[in-house]
Amino acid sequence: MTLAAAAGFLTAATETHGFLSPTGVEIAFLLVGLVTFGAALVTVTTKQLVHAALWLVATLGGLAVEYLLLTAEFIAWVQVLIYVGSVVVLLLFGLMLTRAPIGRSPDADSGNRWAALTVAVASAAALVWVVVDAFRTTWIDLDGPAAGSTEATGASLFQNWVLPFEALSVLLLAALVGAIVLSRKTKADAAGTGPAASTGPGVLGAGDTGRDTEGAR
Amino acid sequence: MNDALDVALRLVIVFVVFLTFPLIVGQTEHKVMAHMQGRLGPMYAGGFHGWAQLVADGVKFAQKEDIVPAGADRRIFQLAPAVALLPYLLVLLAIPIGPGEGAVGEVIDAGVFFVLAVMGVGVLGSLMAGWASANKFSLLGGLRTAAQLLAYELPMLLTAASVAMAAGTVSIPGILDAFEWWWLPWQIVGAIVFFVAGLAELQRPPFDMPVADSEIIFGAYTEYTGLRFALFLLAEYAGIVVLCGLTTVLFLGGWHGPWGADGLGWVWTLLKAAVLAFVVIWLRVTYPRLREDQLQKLSWTLLVPLSLAQIALTGIVKVVIQ
Repeated sequence: MTLAAAAGFLTAATETHGFLSPTGVEIAFLLVGLVTFGAALVTVTTKQLVHAALWLVATLGGLAVEYLLLTAEFIAWVQVLIYVGSVVVLLLFGLMLTRAPIGRSPDADSGNRWAALTVAVASAAALVWVVVDAFRTTWIDLDGPAAGSTEATGASLFQNWVLPFEALSVLLLAALVGAIVLSRKTKADAAGTGPAASTGPGVLGAGDTGRDTEGAR
Repeated sequence: MNDALDVALRLVIVFVVFLTFPLIVGQTEHKVMAHMQGRLGPMYAGGFHGWAQLVADGVKFAQKEDIVPAGADRRIFQLAPAVALLPYLLVLLAIPIGPGEGAVGEVIDAGVFFVLAVMGVGVLGSLMAGWASANKFSLLGGLRTAAQLLAYELPMLLTAASVAMAAGTVSIPGILDAFEWWWLPWQIVGAIVFFVAGLAELQRPPFDMPVADSEIIFGAYTEYTGLRFALFLLAEYAGIVVLCGLTTVLFLGGWHGPWGADGLGWVWTLLKAAVLAFVVIWLRVTYPRLREDQLQKLSWTLLVPLSLAQIALTGIVKVVIQ
C-alpha cells in the first residue's frame, strides 16, 4: 500500500470510526481475541502435555477465526491447513512416540520459565509495536471488494513481496535438504562409520529438529 | 428475513444430506459386499431386502451403555467423536452439486483450501481418541493414523493444486465453470492420486492398518461403545461421501455431462459420486490390507512423485495453450 493511500485511509478512518461505538464485527474480533489469548495462556501453563497440544489447536483455530474476521479468507484456511492440520498433528505424533502420560507430567515444568517469559513478553511487545506503528487506525472497508481474497493476497504476494517469498522458499528448501542429510548421517553413524566426523553435525542436529518441522511446512 | 430463511434452508438441506447419504453408502456397502462375496447381506430388517438394517443398528448403538474407561482422560475421550465427525459436515457445505449459486451450501472464495484444511482437522479426532483411551492398542492406532495423515496429506494437496492451476482459481464453483471435457485425460493421474490419498486419509481398506480390527482391534476406537462408536463409524461413511463428492467436483467435472447440463446437472454430480462410492466399496472387498511400511512407501515413493509430475504436466500444458 502506498503512503498516500494509507493517509487516505487514515483520514477516512478518523471521520467515520471511533473506539467508543464498536460494530458487531469489532466486538466479535475482540471476544475471539480474548478466547484465543486465554487458550494460549492455558497452552503454556497446563501441566498435561497432550492437553497443551490440544489447547494449541484452540489457539491456532482462534487465530484463523481472527483472520476470517479481517476478511483474509485465504490466510485463514492456510492457517488451519498448515498449523491445525499438520503442525499440531506432527506435535501430537512426536508426543505419542516419546511419552504422553494421561494426567499430570511433573517434569513438564522448566527451570527456564522466567527466561521464557521475558523472551515471550519482549517478542510480543516488538510485534505489537510494529503492527500498531504500521497500521495505526487503518480500517478495513467491509462493504467494498474483499481486501483479503485469494486474488488480492496472491497479487500482492507476487507483485510486491516476491523477493521475501523466494528467499523464504529457498530457506525452507535448505532446511528440508538439511533435515534429510542429517537423518541419513545419524543412520550411517549408528552403523559405526566415523565417530570423529559425527560430532559436528550431531550438535547441529539437536538444534535442527525444530527447523525440520518448518521444512515440512 | 428472506436472507435468513435462505441460509437456514441451505443449512437444513446440507444437514439432511449429511445424515442420509452416509447411511445410503453404508447400506450399499452391506449389499454390494455381500453380493461380491456370494451371499445376500441383511434381508430381514424393514422387510424389503433389509433396507432398515442401519436404522436397526443405530437403535442398537443408542441402547448400549456409554462406557468411559477408568484410566481414560474423560473429557477428551468424550469430545473425540465430535471432532472426528463435525469437519465432514462443514466440508459438505462447500461442495456444489449443480451450476449456479443455488446448488451449493456456501460459496467459499478459497474453497479448495477450505475443504482440505477442514478434512485434515477430522484426523485430530482419531488422535484424541487414541491417546485418551489409555490403551496401548489405541495409542498405536493413533500413532499410525498420524503417520498416515502426514504421508498422504501432501499428494492430496499437490494434486488439488494441479487442478487449481488448470482452472486458474481455488474456488470450487470456479473450477467447475472452467472445466472442459479434455481435462479428464489431462488430470487423470492427479485424479487417481487424489482419490487414493483420500482413501488413505479416511483409513478405508486397503489403507486401514491404523484401525485394522484383526490386528490392533480397531486401533483408536478400541475402547468406544454405543453412540460414540457409532459416531466414529458415521464419520467414516460421511468421509466417503465427502471424498467422492470432492473427486467428482475437482476432477470429473461435477455437473458437466454429455447432455442436460442445465436442468439435470445435479444428477450427473450424484451419479459420478455414486460410482466412486461403489469403487470405494469394491476396493474394500478386493484388495488385501497394506502393511504399515508399505503404506508409507506407497505415498512417498509413488504418489508424491506422481503428483509432482502431474503439476509439471499441468504447468506445461497451461503455458502451451495460452
